[in-house]
Amino acid sequence: MSEPGAPTPPEGGGKVENPRTGGDYAPSVARRYALAQRAGGIVVPLLTVILAFLIGGVVVFATTGSNPISTYKAIFEGAGLNWFVEIGSYELRLPFTDIHVPFPWNVDDIESTAAFNLQQTLINFVPLVLTGLAVGFAFRCGLFNIGGQGQYLAGAVIAVWVGSELPGLPGLVHILAAVVAGALVGALWAGIAGFLKAKVGTHEVISTIMLNWIAIWVGVFLFGLGGPLQNDTQPFVPVSNDILDESKLGILWGDPVLQALHVGFFVALAALVVYWIALNRTTLGYEVRAVGYSPEAARYGGISVARNYFLAMAISGLFAGLAGAIDIVGWAYRINTNDVMISSQIAFVGIAVALLGRNKAIGIGLSALLFASLVTGTSTRNLDPEIFRPELASNLTLLIQGLVVLFVGADVLILSLLGLRRRRRRAAAEAVSE
Amino acid sequence: MIDRLLARLPHGSRAFAWTGILIGLLAFWVALPPLKIREPVVPAAIGLIAIALGVWAITQGVKRLGWGAIVIGLLGIGLGVLATRSSVAHLDQVVVWSALTAAMLRYATPLAFAAMGGIFSERSGVVNIGLEGMMLSGAFFGILGADKLGSWPLGLLCAAAAGAGFALIHAFFAIHLRADQIVGGTAINFLALGLTGYLFIDVYGGEGTPPDISDIPDVHLSFLESWYFIGPVLGQLNLMIWLAFLTIVATWLVLFKTPIGLRIRAVGEHPRAADTVGISVYKTRYVAVMLSGILAALGGAYLSIGFVNSFNQNMTVGRGFIALAAVIFGNWRPWGAAAAVFLFGFSSALAQRLPAYSESAAVLFQALPYVLTLIAVAGVIGRSIPPASVGRPYQKQ
Repeated sequence: MSEPGAPTPPEGGGKVENPRTGGDYAPSVARRYALAQRAGGIVVPLLTVILAFLIGGVVVFATTGSNPISTYKAIFEGAGLNWFVEIGSYELRLPFTDIHVPFPWNVDDIESTAAFNLQQTLINFVPLVLTGLAVGFAFRCGLFNIGGQGQYLAGAVIAVWVGSELPGLPGLVHILAAVVAGALVGALWAGIAGFLKAKVGTHEVISTIMLNWIAIWVGVFLFGLGGPLQNDTQPFVPVSNDILDESKLGILWGDPVLQALHVGFFVALAALVVYWIALNRTTLGYEVRAVGYSPEAARYGGISVARNYFLAMAISGLFAGLAGAIDIVGWAYRINTNDVMISSQIAFVGIAVALLGRNKAIGIGLSALLFASLVTGTSTRNLDPEIFRPELASNLTLLIQGLVVLFVGADVLILSLLGLRRRRRRAAAEAVSE
Repeated sequence: MIDRLLARLPHGSRAFAWTGILIGLLAFWVALPPLKIREPVVPAAIGLIAIALGVWAITQGVKRLGWGAIVIGLLGIGLGVLATRSSVAHLDQVVVWSALTAAMLRYATPLAFAAMGGIFSERSGVVNIGLEGMMLSGAFFGILGADKLGSWPLGLLCAAAAGAGFALIHAFFAIHLRADQIVGGTAINFLALGLTGYLFIDVYGGEGTPPDISDIPDVHLSFLESWYFIGPVLGQLNLMIWLAFLTIVATWLVLFKTPIGLRIRAVGEHPRAADTVGISVYKTRYVAVMLSGILAALGGAYLSIGFVNSFNQNMTVGRGFIALAAVIFGNWRPWGAAAAVFLFGFSSALAQRLPAYSESAAVLFQALPYVLTLIAVAGVIGRSIPPASVGRPYQKQ
């Protein structure tokens, strides 16, 4: 993957002003180049999303005859985004303090459908940000980590194990132990692929696909009937033990009896900042990006490509493993074999998140919010079944996700279309001037 | 002809190492039905011979094969002794060679189609990790066609068309738009999963596919029935299994014995050179990718209307990825991939019968193909060398 679209090189460098059309808009080639790159950076993802939603709408209309707009509105409400519409004068207590500040939205409302739905969206936001960062970090080093699912699972499995064992540990230590262990095992799992890439040049896509399926079957083995980590008290249910109460994360917003937004939300936000700093303000990030741009040039510049391949994969796995561990200590509290096969696929959405977010921290944050809304808004629990069948809608999400990945992967298409128009206009202008 | 075949057999120390590997397998085999030797000494002694041959081969400089013989010898001793310790009833229940072989063929068939498709695509220089999605689309549209149009040949046709359609999308993005092929393949997998799931719910709803769908018939070879072993294995196989054999042979013939195959391989190795001598790189790649989509979809259609006679969301559960693994395991060669496919099929067949021993261990067994592939791509068993230009878009000049 190239950085923002490998835009078409600026044509007509050192361009002389056209006497007929007057001065040029962009003052210098470099400025125009930067503009094109920025435009490609924002415009292409936006166009991608709009196009994907349009096609999704056509599918909805063609198959069910229902109005796509009302369907999307139901998904919007299923994601709880309408909560933001009701603005008033409320107060927000700053976390970990007793200070209250004015806030336009009512956070004390934890029971209304909109608030509950939004809590679910934000719960999904956390693993999507983290798995998105996982894919993004590897991408910046020129690697495609398609093994987020396996790393997420590795993190979740270890977090369940650490969280349900070791009674008597103080709460914070226990949580930290579970989360750190999960992240490290995620890093280890991805590190295998990084090591193979660095040592023998094994393509990371192949090795991470294999590691995904190994993780899945090992997970089914561990928690399946007769498995070593299967529930101690329910011998006929393929589920793990629950994690102990003191290893559960604190609640931020919502009713803990249902599923409430947990403190892990801040971990996701912090991870976005850490990602940005690590990539843009550290030697490691510089080297990783240098290898991503051109391994040959990086090697010539004295950077160890192999070391960076390994580190980038391990850090990538760290994020994905963190996602799995946070999900366990934050709201899932246990894992069953069905989760191992199905729920862990949320890590695949991380690919779409990273691609749409152009592997940048802020982009990943925004696209994680989009996909969290889509995933939550189309779930059986949140979507209004009278407007659109949730079983259909969750597949619609997959479809939109696929279209987004397809189009983002082909930003050359959109950029070349833009370039083509520019070239045509220039050709026409030259024809006039002759 | 026979001279040429004999000349290709391993010579000297390599032959000893290969003999060691075979003897290592024998160590396990003697403890299984029909021989069922109950003395642990016997497999241990046979395994030691294998190890000795391996060590000797290593001293002669044949390192990799020699280590292979040692590992297989150790495995043969371990598994052979284990088998002598387990009850005869269990052994008889699990190890029924004819049933195991027949099941192996059933499990290997969808993989074989998809793997041959993968070889075409990757040999032409286009990575196809969308095999999984193309297979899934074949499974769904195969059963949809067979149901709505009333006959399985039309179902196969629908499957092939769906596979070709998804492959066309992949090809267009990979070849003309020069998009990243792995990202494109991932998109195909999402798209196929979403589209088949969506249409499945839309058409069949909660009840699932009806039970009376026209399915691909079995081929009854009644004259074989009385033959030992061959009768129960080959006497009643699904038509698609025979077609899978045919596809493997045809893939080898087309790729290595025809001008078309030469073109496909040239385009995958050195597209610029191929272009220079007048081969259309784009056209060749389009044909190869579409062919891979059609083959993968036929494998999927066998799953839905030949094997289980129903459809479920995401029913391929990673079989496309196993096929991809087989392509790599087999070093991008038809016979190698076919061997891998049968190995993976055998492990699936065994996994179905292992629960007699332990339910959970049988689950763990499912991971075996992936572990083997990981070991293979790690360069332990020979180096896997992909086509030189695989994954690189070609820009015409």
